[in-house]
Amino acid sequence: MNAHIDYIIHLADTTLILSQRNSEWCGHGPILEQDIAITNISLDLLGQSRYFYQHAATLLNTKNKSENTTEDSLAYLRGEREFKNLLITELPNGDWGQTILRQFFVSVYHSLLYQQLLKSSDTQIAAIAEKSLKEVAYHIKWSSEWVIRLGNGTEESHRRMVDAINNLWAYTGEMFVPADYEVEAAKMGIGIDSASLKEEWINKIEPVFSEATLPVPEKIFMQLGGKSGVHTEYLGYILTDLQYLQRVYPGAQW
Amino acid sequence: MNIQIKKYYYGDIPEDQAGGFVSSSTQSSDKNEWPLWEVFIRSKQGLDHKHAGSLHAVDAAMAVENARDVYTRRQEGVSIWVVESKYIHASDPTEANSMFDPAADKIYRHPTFYDLPDELKHM
Repeated sequence: MNAHIDYIIHLADTTLILSQRNSEWCGHGPILEQDIAITNISLDLLGQSRYFYQHAATLLNTKNKSENTTEDSLAYLRGEREFKNLLITELPNGDWGQTILRQFFVSVYHSLLYQQLLKSSDTQIAAIAEKSLKEVAYHIKWSSEWVIRLGNGTEESHRRMVDAINNLWAYTGEMFVPADYEVEAAKMGIGIDSASLKEEWINKIEPVFSEATLPVPEKIFMQLGGKSGVHTEYLGYILTDLQYLQRVYPGAQW
Repeated sequence: MNIQIKKYYYGDIPEDQAGGFVSSSTQSSDKNEWPLWEVFIRSKQGLDHKHAGSLHAVDAAMAVENARDVYTRRQEGVSIWVVESKYIHASDPTEANSMFDPAADKIYRHPTFYDLPDELKHM
């Protein structure tokens, strides 16, 4: 049961933190239309995280009837060490190239993951995956076109994309190294073994990189930890932003 | 012969950037400014595309995607057309009197003198 809930919270945290990061572009996008595009994606991700949090809250409340967990308490009242998001989602946005490259990496991962979660024995997870897949398909289309446009664009845009790859690549490995609760959830038929997605993920990244004339990095050391609550220093600042209001004015509504 | 033909363009396209007679190019002369596109949305099957607004994009593919994000985020559409604004040519507003007013007193051009059977719908 714990692994089951941890697994859902991991899915929720990853989408919430990426949503929060993307939302930082709101009002700062390179052009109005792209500002709206990245904000739309941010809202899609927020929607996905809400479904996962709501589901986790229901399970937690069923398990422990004295508690009153809600999607809000899960998002606003947990500390860094309790967050199980992928490290890549909490990294700073960097420039536009780095933001869209991260979106591309995560969207491809989500598309493969959600495909598999359609078969989850937890029908609620399967339903969320099904709903999210349509959104994710668009996120891939949008972000991959940007990767190609910038990689295959000017000298400067190409250089910036290479920098972005160098900044982000070490954080892609974490997707495919399952945490204990993932292994457990996979055994129960609720989740999947994320290691099995690695090859397909690379196979989806390579053609886009090749069209974008971008290099696929060699095997390098991969950063791990986010899934089990060991984060970069950035997460604390994100949570400070995200949780300030509920921490200072508990229960505040507007 | 000194005939001047003045062309009128749609929206805020400067005349020197307008298309039609110039070779087609999606590149705007101003490097920092993306070309303007007009967006047409069909709200459901069977209806026609209606002008929804305009937006900036570097090419047609991006224009369609931007249109999706800007104009269909509240389920407004099932189909999108985009066309670069510079390819739309407009009538001259100063000639509106001679263009449109003559139609005003020709009511016989309206098919209002026929009795339609009740069974006939969508007329």
